[in-house]
Amino acid sequence: MPFKRYVEVGRVALVNYGKDYGKLVVIVDVIDQNRALVDSPDMVRGQMNFKRLTLTDIKIDIKRVPNKKTLVAAMEAADVKNKWEKSSWGRKLIVQKKRASLNDFDRFKIMLAKIKKAGVVRQELAKLKKETTA
Amino acid sequence: MSYKFHQFQVVGRGLPTETDEHPKIYRMKLWATNEVRAKSKFWYFLRKLKRVKKSNGQMLAINEIFEKNPTTIKNYGIWLRYQSRTGYHNMYKEYRDTTLNGGIEQMYTEMASRHRVRHHCIQVIKTATIPAKLCKRESTKQFHNSKIKFPLVFKKVRPPTRKLKTTYKASRPNLFV
Repeated sequence: MPFKRYVEVGRVALVNYGKDYGKLVVIVDVIDQNRALVDSPDMVRGQMNFKRLTLTDIKIDIKRVPNKKTLVAAMEAADVKNKWEKSSWGRKLIVQKKRASLNDFDRFKIMLAKIKKAGVVRQELAKLKKETTA
Repeated sequence: MSYKFHQFQVVGRGLPTETDEHPKIYRMKLWATNEVRAKSKFWYFLRKLKRVKKSNGQMLAINEIFEKNPTTIKNYGIWLRYQSRTGYHNMYKEYRDTTLNGGIEQMYTEMASRHRVRHHCIQVIKTATIPAKLCKRESTKQFHNSKIKFPLVFKKVRPPTRKLKTTYKASRPNLFV
């Protein structure tokens, strides 16, 4: 299985540990074997260990160490935010966040919706069973 | 990023006497964990260079020096003198880092691990920011590539906070990216 996601200038990564947990950052340069210079529109450019990053499939087209304006423009051009939110990984994270922020009333509404959905599924299943036996 | 070693600029001179009304003022740039240690190290080095001690000298200024551009990567060359079990040796080491304090900290940890030299046996002679063409070590030169690209080969997924760490796991980890 060859590798598909490489550490390179312009690779978008997700921070999976530490203060910036959950943020999408762009690898802007490589310091050495374990660290990268990392930048994002809402943070000061800084170094991060690769152990704190998970690489994504998204890559943007920038030169080594662009200034903030070019970085933001390149991110807009590559439409990183929308691509991320449409990807299955991104969607799962959004759902996780939503589930974690539910209050009791929301959980009650979800319970009712689940019961309704199960009822509809069971009706269809009963119909199909009747057709096969008949 | 908090560094253990801070860079200080220490300025001091001998006390004025009747023979010498305006003694020469000396300035040193050192690395120490705090100001007190920096002042002590200043007198240690100055005693070796001039006939002056802390008891007949005065400290004029001590300021911490901060990194001017902590968002750019630089190649640092560090010349040092260290004491091994058999004698004193000089060394030149190169590090790639964003700040000089980070490079110095890398140096101290590397000397401790590779040569078992503790921090008090190391004297930093000189540091410099080296342009990429003049770097001597292969391990720093291999990152001088504008189209650098490599995969992360063994990727262990960690729990996002230390609170969620468990000693026993149900299944073996998947190390592929």
